[in-house]
Amino acid sequence: MNIFVCISHVPDTTTKIIIGQDGKSIDRTEVTYILNPYDEFAIEAGLQWKESKGGEVTAVCVGSPEVKETIRKAFAMGVDKGIHIVTDSPFDSYGTARALADTLRERRPDVVFCGRQSIDYDGWQVPGMLAELLGMPAVTVVSSLELREDGTFTAERDIEGGKETIVSRLPALISAQKGLNNPRYPKLQGIMAAKKKPIEDVPAVQTPPRVRVLEMFKPPLKSGGRIVGEGAGAVPELVRLLHEEAKVI
Amino acid sequence: MHFLVFIEQRNGTIKKASLETLSAAAVLAKEPASPVEAVCLGTASGLDTLGAYGASKVYHVPDSRLDLYSSTAAVKAVTAVATEYGADVVFLPATSLGRDLAPLLAVRLDAGYAADVVSLALDEGGITAVRPVFAGKAFERVRIETPRQVYTLRPNVFPALTADNMSCPVVTFDAALSEEDFTARSVGTSIAASKLDVAEATIIVSGGRGMQGPEHWHYIEDLAGVLGAATGASRAAVDAGWRPHAEQVGQTGKTVSPNLYIACGISGAIQHLAGMSSAKVIVAINKDKDAPIFQAADYGIVGDVFEVLPALTDALKRHMGS
Ligand SMILES: Cc1cc2nc3c(=O)[nH]c(=O)nc-3n(C[C@H](O)[C@H](O)[C@H](O)COP(=O)(O)OP(=O)(O)OC[C@H]3O[C@@H](n4cnc5c(N)ncnc54)[C@H](O)[C@@H]3O)c2cc1C
Ligand SMILES: Nc1ncnc2c1ncn2[C@@H]1O[C@H](COP(=O)(O)O)[C@@H](O)[C@H]1O
Repeated sequence: MNIFVCISHVPDTTTKIIIGQDGKSIDRTEVTYILNPYDEFAIEAGLQWKESKGGEVTAVCVGSPEVKETIRKAFAMGVDKGIHIVTDSPFDSYGTARALADTLRERRPDVVFCGRQSIDYDGWQVPGMLAELLGMPAVTVVSSLELREDGTFTAERDIEGGKETIVSRLPALISAQKGLNNPRYPKLQGIMAAKKKPIEDVPAVQTPPRVRVLEMFKPPLKSGGRIVGEGAGAVPELVRLLHEEAKVI
Repeated sequence: MHFLVFIEQRNGTIKKASLETLSAAAVLAKEPASPVEAVCLGTASGLDTLGAYGASKVYHVPDSRLDLYSSTAAVKAVTAVATEYGADVVFLPATSLGRDLAPLLAVRLDAGYAADVVSLALDEGGITAVRPVFAGKAFERVRIETPRQVYTLRPNVFPALTADNMSCPVVTFDAALSEEDFTARSVGTSIAASKLDVAEATIIVSGGRGMQGPEHWHYIEDLAGVLGAATGASRAAVDAGWRPHAEQVGQTGKTVSPNLYIACGISGAIQHLAGMSSAKVIVAINKDKDAPIFQAADYGIVGDVFEVLPALTDALKRHMGS
């Protein structure tokens, strides 16, 4: 089975966000980057399918040279090959999906795994766009997955208040939600092997951005926050404030 | 500009988030006046009432195979409606369905796409949209550069506005779907009937590690019951197996924007705040006066949840009764 996993390189969840000089992007100087947490579920799903059905797993990442370290994290988990689609200037989601589609199309994936969302720009859109550009169905936010011999599969996706059961068939794109599996920790052996695995560089064709950022800003700080009081004695005052001041009850 | 709004139905009932989306589009379409039309897939009733929320016409694709969601068929049907009627701007609610469908639609329509929008404006240059990034730690104002545009709007942010009891015409549209169009299709849903989802609730009562175990969740549920609220949880409570992941609020859970969020025994880690800091009013109950949740809260009570919660439930019962 020819398995691809799209991974992204994102600021750590605890990163303090500082708006950059241009007022349109973040200041990257103090930021530590990690493998997008949802992509760990995608990698694990790819590895499990390889283990049960055979084939190989290739991780693909679009970005500047630093993303190579993220591809190496995927190697350490057990991914066989890496493709780095090299860009100097950042792409919007459509540009990223186009670059991925241009590279993956000729490699004829049986399945492409993605994460539910990347936790930087919270786009929730590369998977669907990529699937559409590759002409395959997208099943997103998947928390359970079962593949049958004939290439059809059943997936559960999270919806408001419950789950939805989707039936589809390969080739397909599947985006992973927490709960799909428990991503493995890299073993020492894997970390050593990761250093030697080859990363193929592919130049990205620049697509004009479809979405332009005019401004980036921090949310206004909560100003009126206050401690109403201590213990159960503060309850009547809280109820009064919620009713009269905040008008939410 | 020609606006098209996707109306989501489940089990034939129109979802509230679609009414909010339609209302937001109608507000935007006032100056200059642009037609706002709606599209709904599958069996649904009451579509003529969408006129009250600003729709001038509804295209209905009554194909019963669309009663349950099929992304592959839905994208074809909505693209057909949008193309036939010359829509420039398509709005969808940023629900699980809308978020799944919108990127597909954007590719089919050659449109730029902005997801999870929390504010919209229209000026000479066109539409600008504000959307949260970095889990709500910042916002970006964006403009879509392509002539055709797709937006998903975050639920519970835009008010659903009923003008008057205006009804609108409902036009049946044949999307000419064949069986091959249903390559990915839902065969059923399991939705806990009585349970209100955190992503849709206007009031949420959430518990964290400070609740000390699943056997104490009746404190949370009782308060939620009085308020008609959904129950939520921190990741610590979910990872401990006390609560299902569907209730998790935060960076790796759900993003919520209720009118009122009550955090009980939750410290207020940045990843939790990421999911709920856009709530309109935040109340925190925590025994540690230095807990970071108090920085994000509008009102706080320093105290033991096991003492404060029953008192609050009782007081609210009396308040609601009066
Ligand atoms: C990649 C990543 C993603 C994450 N995603 C999420 C996410 O989506 N959602 C999320 O919530 N977290 C997330 N986290 C975890 C987050 O960092 C915190 O660990 C978590 O939110 C803590 O949960 P908590 O507040 O319930 O527990 P704690 O931090 O342990 O806080 C418990 C609080 O309860 C108070 N308390 C204890 N007893 C009582 C009592 N009797 N009465 C009143 N107060 C009491 C304590 O003072 C304390 O403040 C994520 C972490 C990472 C690294
Ligand atoms: N630069 C990228 N390179 C490779 N895959 C990506 C990239 N950006 C996003 N993805 C994939 O798309 C998913 C959703 O990202 P997004 O649409 O940006 O929220 C991620 O979890 C990845 O699987």
